[in-house]
Amino acid sequence: MKRIGVFVCHCGINIAETVDIEAVVKDLKDYPGVAYVQDYKYMCSDPGQNMIKEKIKSEKLDGIVIAACSPTLHENTFRMTVKTVDMNPYNCEIANIREQCSWVHKDKNEATPKAKLIIKSVVEKALLDEELEPVKVPVVRKALVLGGGIAGIQAALSIANSGHEVILVERQSSIGGRMAQLSETFPTLDCSQCILTPKMVDVAQHEKIRLMTYSELEDISGFVGNFKVRIRQKTKYIDWDKCTGCGLCIEKCPKKVPSEFDQELGKRKAVYTPFPQAVPNKPVIDHENCTYFKTGKCKLCKMVCPFDAVDFDETDKFVEEEVGAIVVATGYDVYPVLNMDEYGSGKLPDVIDGLTFERILSSSGPTGGEVRRPSDGKVPKEIVFIKCVGSRDPENHFPYCSKICCMYTTKHAMLYKHRVHDGQPYIFYMDVRAGGKGYEEFYQRAQEEDNVIFLRGKVSKVYQDDDKVVVCGIDTLSGSNIEIRADMVVLAMAIRPSKGVEELAQLLKTAIDQNGFLTEAHPKLRPVESLSAGIYLAGCAQAPKDIPDTVAQASAAASMVSNLFAQEYLLHEPIITGVDEDLCSGCGLCITVCPYDARTLNREKSIVDVNEILCEACGACAAACPSGAAQQRNFTDKQLSNMIKAILI
Amino acid sequence: MFEPKIVAFFCKWCTSAGADLAGTSRITYKPNITGIRVMCSSRVDPEHVLDAFKNGADGVLIGGCHPGDCHYQTGNYQTLKRMKLLKKMLTDLNINENRLRLEWISAAEGKRFAEVVDDFTEEVRNLGQIQYMRL
Repeated sequence: MKRIGVFVCHCGINIAETVDIEAVVKDLKDYPGVAYVQDYKYMCSDPGQNMIKEKIKSEKLDGIVIAACSPTLHENTFRMTVKTVDMNPYNCEIANIREQCSWVHKDKNEATPKAKLIIKSVVEKALLDEELEPVKVPVVRKALVLGGGIAGIQAALSIANSGHEVILVERQSSIGGRMAQLSETFPTLDCSQCILTPKMVDVAQHEKIRLMTYSELEDISGFVGNFKVRIRQKTKYIDWDKCTGCGLCIEKCPKKVPSEFDQELGKRKAVYTPFPQAVPNKPVIDHENCTYFKTGKCKLCKMVCPFDAVDFDETDKFVEEEVGAIVVATGYDVYPVLNMDEYGSGKLPDVIDGLTFERILSSSGPTGGEVRRPSDGKVPKEIVFIKCVGSRDPENHFPYCSKICCMYTTKHAMLYKHRVHDGQPYIFYMDVRAGGKGYEEFYQRAQEEDNVIFLRGKVSKVYQDDDKVVVCGIDTLSGSNIEIRADMVVLAMAIRPSKGVEELAQLLKTAIDQNGFLTEAHPKLRPVESLSAGIYLAGCAQAPKDIPDTVAQASAAASMVSNLFAQEYLLHEPIITGVDEDLCSGCGLCITVCPYDARTLNREKSIVDVNEILCEACGACAAACPSGAAQQRNFTDKQLSNMIKAILI
Repeated sequence: MFEPKIVAFFCKWCTSAGADLAGTSRITYKPNITGIRVMCSSRVDPEHVLDAFKNGADGVLIGGCHPGDCHYQTGNYQTLKRMKLLKKMLTDLNINENRLRLEWISAAEGKRFAEVVDDFTEEVRNLGQIQYMRL
């Protein structure tokens, strides 16, 4: 049998006042397995720790129990202490006789027997404790960033600038994301492209960043520090190694289709770059719309290409990489107007969403920055903005606030007024949420300098009447019904997580919340970590947020990645649940209860294999195992059973 | 007066931390309970509960994180399922199912921890000493 030493702390009078230490020491001396018992006034003090070290050596102890305060406080202290005299730290256990005994009982006759039981049960645990070593996990110092919007760009640059390699994967042919579509940004009215495009170029030119656009994550396996990813490079039909981006093919392509980048207000060709400042500025052929793929004739692009870069026989390529950390920055989509019956279900041409209005305002947009309505190109003289469309509407759409609409709608009204001086903008709002640096001032300016009329209330109906769009609403401040015969209506549609995020979350084995956004590990203290170790979140994939918040979160995610990469290797708690191969029947019950996919069925041997690195040591599988093959180290069935008995003697 | 013996299992992350908070807040409660700290309530095998009853426990308390708050994502749901089933079995063993109690107590609920312990102690006291029927 092991020789266990018990060290009982007085904690000044914190324990000694309600626990009869002398009686505890006397009682423990006779307990089976206890070789030595000693009390001391402050066990955590230097003399206390030195005494423990001396006694471990002189009494030849091979396990100790410190009866003192909660293990939360000093478990680590004492484990480090015993390590210096070559005792395995996992053979040092804490019996909590302060927080869970002396501080919650007043009567010595009550607290003393209870303290004895607590210590005895922990002695039973210590008697069967194994010597354990933390599992060491190597780290691949290369990061994968999913999404090339401002969040992904910021995260990639920040990780790369700290000296680590980054693979940036974007499913469009250019990085830039939603921010590239925006006109000017609140509250400073900076031109969005002017502040974004230099960063896009930095990404493309950074020696540590491998940019993979027109690509998507196909598969992933592994765990923190050691992910294996498979990336699909979609067929571009253009060999980008040969292509110089001269644009001749685009010029000659005869097929025009609505441009997604311009929210379908403008046109693009079937061979195209999404916008002129695209990075990389090289085109792809849109298989669905290409005349050659439809009719078998055309190939004009191939004929004019001076570099023979067009390849109609190209197929998808797959790239496999190892990465240590992943940043998910997959951004957002705008909730489609067609979901809004009361606002015309997207059938009224002059009722558009906010992102479409951004393109109208953009100087590189389809109208060259002139405010002209989509139906007839007329300059609208009265324009109505409606906020919270789909957001804050738990009955019909989504319960959450989309956060950015208050500010961008104010900006829209302001920019409209700057371009149409004799025009009148109206904003229907539920509340104005202008929490942010300079935001409230911006909102005030819109009212005072640009005469934007704010109407507090919801709009019940929007319909077409001749060439007017009639907006019926209520002003709840005056209590009056309002009807505005407007020329155009802009809806601040709810922000939705971008398409495919659900499948991505499944692939990454991380969670999404009830609204479809990726869930952070803790809403306050771990806002950039996902629920899976080594996977971090940035931008609107996690929740709606504006550009400054997105950049801040992306920088934070990058810094978490750098923290991870700064470690020589990762240490993992060794109190995991293994498998006794002789007892395991391969029933797989433990596999179904494991939240981490740490257990897999080995069909060949008909047993369960355990990935010790994935195991987080909850012990759910140990309780599920019908044969006792799954035993959690240092929390075995035998240990728990003996602890129970020690309490009940 | 009959003093029941109660064995408790506390998860490390929520209930044990809640018990610590009761201590630091000096909230007193009945001394009949002795806790065993496990990493997660889902480590508690129904066999451990039966083991406790067999060895003379008059009551068993299991404390875990609130639904949705489990440190291990789904551990507390496993515990809930297992203990619901176990309660049905207890009746067959002639053990009043109220001798087993599962509670969600967070790290912030020191006061509630004390209330639960007192309430459960009284309940078990009223049920009297356990008569374990061997099958």
